[in-house]
Amino acid sequence: MTVATRMKRRDFLKTGAAIGGGLLLNLYVPDWAPARAASNKPVALNAFVHISSDDWVTVISNHSEMGQGIYTSLPMLIAEELEADWNKIRVESSPVAAVYNHTVFGIMMTGGSTTTNSEYDRFRKMGAMARVMLIDAAAQGWGVDASTCHAEKGYVVHAASKRRASFGSLAEAASKIEPPKDVLLKNPEDFTIIGKPKHRLDTPSKTNGTAQFGLDVTIPGLLTAVVARSPVFGGKVVNFNADKAKTVPGVVNVLEVPSGVAVIAKGFWPAKLGREQLDIVWDEGPGGQLSTVAMREHYAALSKTPGAVAKKVGDPSGALAGAAKTITAEFEVPYLSHSMMEPLNTVVDLHEDHCEIWTGTQFQTGDRAAAAGVAGLKPEQVDIHTTLLGGGFGRRANPASDFVTEAVNVAKVAKAPVKVVWTREDDIRGGWYRPMWYDHFEAGVDASGNPVAWKHTIVGQSIFDGTMFASFGIKDGIDSASVEGAADIIYSIPNIQVDLHSPKNEVPVQWWRSVGHSHTGFSVEAFFDEVAYAGGKDPYQLRRTLLAGQPRMLAVLDLVAEKAHWNGPLPAGHGRGIATHFSFDSYVAQVAEVSVTRDGTVRVHRIVAAVDCGSTVNPDTVKAQLEGGIIFGLTAALKTEITLDKGRVQQRNFHDYPMVRMFESPEIEVYIVPSTEHPTGVGEPGVPPVAPAVANAIFAVTGKRVRRLPIKPEDLRSA
Amino acid sequence: MISFTVNGKPVSVEDPPSTPLLWVIRDSLNLTGTKFGCGMALCGACTVHIDGQAVRSCVAPVSRAEGKKITTIEGISPDLTHPLQQAWIEIDVPQCGYCQSGQIMSAAVLLAEKALPTDEDIDEAMSGNICRCGTYPRIRRAIHRAAEIKAQKSAK
Repeated sequence: MTVATRMKRRDFLKTGAAIGGGLLLNLYVPDWAPARAASNKPVALNAFVHISSDDWVTVISNHSEMGQGIYTSLPMLIAEELEADWNKIRVESSPVAAVYNHTVFGIMMTGGSTTTNSEYDRFRKMGAMARVMLIDAAAQGWGVDASTCHAEKGYVVHAASKRRASFGSLAEAASKIEPPKDVLLKNPEDFTIIGKPKHRLDTPSKTNGTAQFGLDVTIPGLLTAVVARSPVFGGKVVNFNADKAKTVPGVVNVLEVPSGVAVIAKGFWPAKLGREQLDIVWDEGPGGQLSTVAMREHYAALSKTPGAVAKKVGDPSGALAGAAKTITAEFEVPYLSHSMMEPLNTVVDLHEDHCEIWTGTQFQTGDRAAAAGVAGLKPEQVDIHTTLLGGGFGRRANPASDFVTEAVNVAKVAKAPVKVVWTREDDIRGGWYRPMWYDHFEAGVDASGNPVAWKHTIVGQSIFDGTMFASFGIKDGIDSASVEGAADIIYSIPNIQVDLHSPKNEVPVQWWRSVGHSHTGFSVEAFFDEVAYAGGKDPYQLRRTLLAGQPRMLAVLDLVAEKAHWNGPLPAGHGRGIATHFSFDSYVAQVAEVSVTRDGTVRVHRIVAAVDCGSTVNPDTVKAQLEGGIIFGLTAALKTEITLDKGRVQQRNFHDYPMVRMFESPEIEVYIVPSTEHPTGVGEPGVPPVAPAVANAIFAVTGKRVRRLPIKPEDLRSA
Repeated sequence: MISFTVNGKPVSVEDPPSTPLLWVIRDSLNLTGTKFGCGMALCGACTVHIDGQAVRSCVAPVSRAEGKKITTIEGISPDLTHPLQQAWIEIDVPQCGYCQSGQIMSAAVLLAEKALPTDEDIDEAMSGNICRCGTYPRIRRAIHRAAEIKAQKSAK
C-alpha cells in the first residue's frame, strides 16, 4: 500500500515565504564535506533541502546535534524520499525561523527525545517534494511527461530515452517550479536507507579535530570572559574590588553584570587568573542558608503526609487495610549536574541594530527572545548560529536562557565581541540540577502474593514551575515531570494512589536526561522488586503477570530475560537484577549482572537491554543511545551527588563529582524489537532502568536493599 | 619566547611560561581540536603528545614544551588514515564527539607501546579519559580494531 500524504498548501507557503525572506545560513557545522566553490551556492528547493550545482545536497537541520545522531538520521529521512546519493549529503544547522519550529512544541528546540518522532513525516515530505520538483524540471527540459521519469541516486532518469540529469544540474530550474500540493511517500517496505545502519556523517570530523563546537568559534576582535557568580543561589553583588585582577597581563576589563562580575581578557587563561584576584562582597539572601541535610529531613517528613493527588484508582487505603501483608519503603535521590564534557560557552557580537550569537543550544527560540530582551532588540534582529553541542542532556535547553543572556549582558558592557566560557567548577556549582527527590511507598499483597494496593508519595521541586512551559506541564497543581513514570505506572494493580509535594527553594532545577523518569524509574522499579519478594514471587515473573495488558512491554521484558539468561547459571558472587521502564513512548527493559566486593564496591559486569522504540531510522544510533544512556544512568547510580551546606555546593570538579570511567564500564548488549509503529524516543529511555536493575541485582547477591542513590560502598560493606 | 614544534611545524609563542599548554594551543595557535574539559587533568579532553608521551595539556605549563615535539589531534594523520581514525569511523564511536580528540590521543600512545593491547591495557591507558556520552564500549572495540588495522598495514 502506498501512503498518500496531503501537504497542507498553507504549510508549504509558510516554508516558501521563509526561503523568500532570505535565510542567513550559518557555517559553523562539521567541516568534513569538501569545501564548496563560491559558484556552488546551494539552491533552496524548500526550507530543509538545498542542492548545489556540484550535486551536493545540503540538509538543513532545525534540531541540534548533541551526540544523539540526528545530523545523520534527519538526512536519512530526506535522502530516502529524495532518492539522493548518500555520498553527497551534508548538513547545516538552521537559523531561527518559524518554519523550523518543532512540529509539536511550536518553538525551535531539541529535547524530550522527540526529534525523530516529530520530524519523521515532515522530513520525508520535504525530501519527496524536492524529488517531484527535480523530476518536473527534468521532464520539462526533455519535453517528456514527468510520469515517465524517476529519480535514483542523485539523478533524474528518463528510462525510455536513456537520458539522465544530475540533481545539481536541475536544482536551479527545479527551484522555480510550483511545489506539489500532494506528495506520495514511500511504502516502508521499499525503504533502502531508513532502517538500515548508516555510518554517522559527523564521525570523520570528530576524529581529526575539525568538528566545531561553541568553544571553538572565533571571530575578529573576540575577547574571552569568565564570570564570578554568587557562591550561593540567588546572591547579589554588593561591591567588588578589581584592582588586583586588572594587573593580570591580558585582562582588558572587569565589569559588573546581573549574574556577577565579568573578567574580560585576551584569552581564557588571563580571564581565569584575573577572576582569582577579585574581591567581591555578596548579599547572599536566603540561599545562604540552604542545606541538603535539612532539606532531606523536610522532604522525609512531607513524604509521610498526603499531597496533591496525581492518580487514584480504586480504594488504595481500603485495600492496604485488607492486605495479607504490607510493606513500606522510602527512596531518595540527590541533585545532579548535567556535566556535559563541553563546558557552557556563548559567543556574542552585539551591534546597535543587530546581534549575532554562536552557541551550542537546544533552545533557540527561547534564547533568541531572551537575548533580544537583554539587548533591547527585536527577536528578528538576533541571529543564533547553532554549533555542535559537546553534550546537552537538557542543560542547554535552559528555561531562563541563563548562559545566553549572561553572555549578551557581558557583551553589552564590554562593548566588544566576547566569548563567555564556564569552567568545570562553574558548571558543577552552577545549579539547574536534576531535582533532589524523596519517595515514600506503601504496598499490600494478597494471600497469594499478588499486589493489591500501591501508594506512592513523591517530594521534590517542580521543574516546569516558572517556565514558559508551566501551563503545558502543570495541571491542577501536578507537575507532570514530577510524577512521570509513577502516575502512569503500567503494571496492572487494582488500587493505586500517587501523591505529590512540590516544595520550593532557591536551587534552580531543570530537565536532566530522562527528567522525572530519572528518579521514578529507580524508585518504582526498586520498590516493585521488594513487593515481588514480599509476596514470594520471582521479580521477572511478577512483572510478566502484571504486564499482561501491555504486549509491547511484555515482549521487551521477555526478550531481555531470554538474552540475559535470567535463570541461567552465574559466576559465584554474581547476581542479576531486572527492571523495566516506559518513557518517551518507548519500552525498555534491562538486566544487570553485578558483584559486590567485601569493602562494598559494586562491580557492574554486564547490562543487557531490550527496547521497543517503534520503527528505527538508524538502528546503530538506537544502540549507541541505549549504550550511552546506560553509562549515564550508571554514573547516577554509582557515583554522583550534588550536596549543599550553608548554601554552598560541596562538589567542584570530576574528583568529587566523578564519572564512570573505562575500567568501570560494563559489557553492554542492546536488542531492538522489530516494529512498524511510528518511531518513539531513544535519547533518554535507556537511562531510567539502569539504577533499579543494578539495585535489584545488589539485593540478589547481598540481600541488602539499596534505597538511595548514589549507591555507597559503606552501605554494602560485609559485616 | 618559547619555541617548539606543533605537528611538525616550528612555532614560537609569547605567552607567559606558566600558561597551560592547552590555552596556548587553542587561543594562541588556533588549533581547536584539543579540548578544555576540567582544567585539573581529571578528564583527558586536552590530551596531546609531548615527544610521544600523552600529556594533559590543561595542567602542563607551556614552558615544558620548550624544544619539544608537540602533536595534537590535527597532527595524527593528514587524511583520516591513522588506524585509530579508521577504526573510530568504522565503529561510529563518537556521539557528541567533544572528548574524542583526547580519547584518540591517549589510545595512540597505547597503540604505539603495545601492538595488541588487552582489555586490561585499555582500562589502564584509557581510564584518565572521561566520556559523558558513554562511548566506552565502542572505544574499547575500536582500539582492538585499530590494533588489527595497524597489524594488517605493517604486514603489507
